[in-house]
Amino acid sequence: MDYKDYYQILGLERDASQDDIKRVYRKLARKYHPDVSKQTDAEDRFKEVGEAYEVLKDPEKRAAYDQLGSNWQAGQDFNVPPGWAAGFEFGGGSFAGGDSDYSDFFESLFGHGFGPRERTAHGRFHARGEDHHAKILVDLEDAWQGGTRTITLRIPGVNAQGHLQLAERHLKVRIPKGVTEGQHIRLAGQGAAGSTPGAAGDLYLEIAFRPHPLYRVDGRDLYLEVPIAPWEAALGATVKTPTPGGPVELKIPPGSAAGGKLRLKGKGIPGKPHGDLYAVLQIALPTAQSAEAKALYEQMRRDLTFNPRAHFGL
Amino acid sequence: MSSNELQPLSGCIVEEELQFSVVELCHTCAVRREVVIELVQQGVLEPSGAGEESWRFTGSSLRRARIAMQLQRDLGVNAAGAALALQLMDEIEHLRMQLAGGTRHG
Repeated sequence: MDYKDYYQILGLERDASQDDIKRVYRKLARKYHPDVSKQTDAEDRFKEVGEAYEVLKDPEKRAAYDQLGSNWQAGQDFNVPPGWAAGFEFGGGSFAGGDSDYSDFFESLFGHGFGPRERTAHGRFHARGEDHHAKILVDLEDAWQGGTRTITLRIPGVNAQGHLQLAERHLKVRIPKGVTEGQHIRLAGQGAAGSTPGAAGDLYLEIAFRPHPLYRVDGRDLYLEVPIAPWEAALGATVKTPTPGGPVELKIPPGSAAGGKLRLKGKGIPGKPHGDLYAVLQIALPTAQSAEAKALYEQMRRDLTFNPRAHFGL
Repeated sequence: MSSNELQPLSGCIVEEELQFSVVELCHTCAVRREVVIELVQQGVLEPSGAGEESWRFTGSSLRRARIAMQLQRDLGVNAAGAALALQLMDEIEHLRMQLAGGTRHG
């Protein structure tokens, strides 16, 4: 198990005041909040910062953590020392993160000896079971043609000793054709159990797409960068272009400019209405490495009156 | 794990096929009714129907409501702050799309 340096995670010195800890946590939480940040590791960073704050904001936990000493390095192999936390009394304070997903390091230090966690309160009798929420990553192809995906969910639960445990649950889910990013699929009766079998809660799956090597998605519309040669842009051409439904012949009109968009109606993600596919033109320049290429560039320089910087007016 | 979990499960797309009453939205988001009412008062959620009991929320309210609630819970902002954040996030998303689509001159 790796040692975690909670001060380093928040970028603080070990003698930081409680006010400093709160201020820095708030700032980092805003920066890395998964709903706000587009950084790919935002969610992990957010959890890490939340865990550090969970320990350092609480004077008792902080004192116990500090007692481990300052000689540990982040990532160093760590075992809980014997007699750890003797003399400390941890209250059942509330947890900042709703979806408790703490590191092994945190769990081994603070996972036991707490009073019952807030989460146990959710275990009380409900006529209708709670709804559960999860985010799943699917391929764009699933949205084009529908598909079946097996997903693994980690469900926090409370074991007989009152400790938090993560259980894995595997589900096979039909991805409906035409679903778009940010939409939710509701699976009726797949949430928490209710007082009767028919009263189970629902499971809501929020759809996110894995990044696609070719297409960028905006709702049901797709954007595809299509590199073309300068002469194709200038003279027009027909180029073979991929679409989700198979390759098509794309007509490039003469005099096309870089950044120009050509719309292929109805070639995006299916639905009501179908999305469109936009081919965004990019002009790729041939290198002038061969003598032949050099000669052609020389000829253009000589024969074309072309000033790409005419608008500078110099 | 029950064996039926290995059978493919079919669901519906919330944003296209569902509407929520205030009771259903509260249950789905696991919040008290006042929390949803405040988001309506802040204009984050715009249900149709007059009066709380006849409110109907569109399926896309679920996402907005959950983001607003997560911001409140995680960042300690109030409903008005969450509303402002959501509005700015919508604008950023719009601008990001314009930039990426090369339509910034359009």
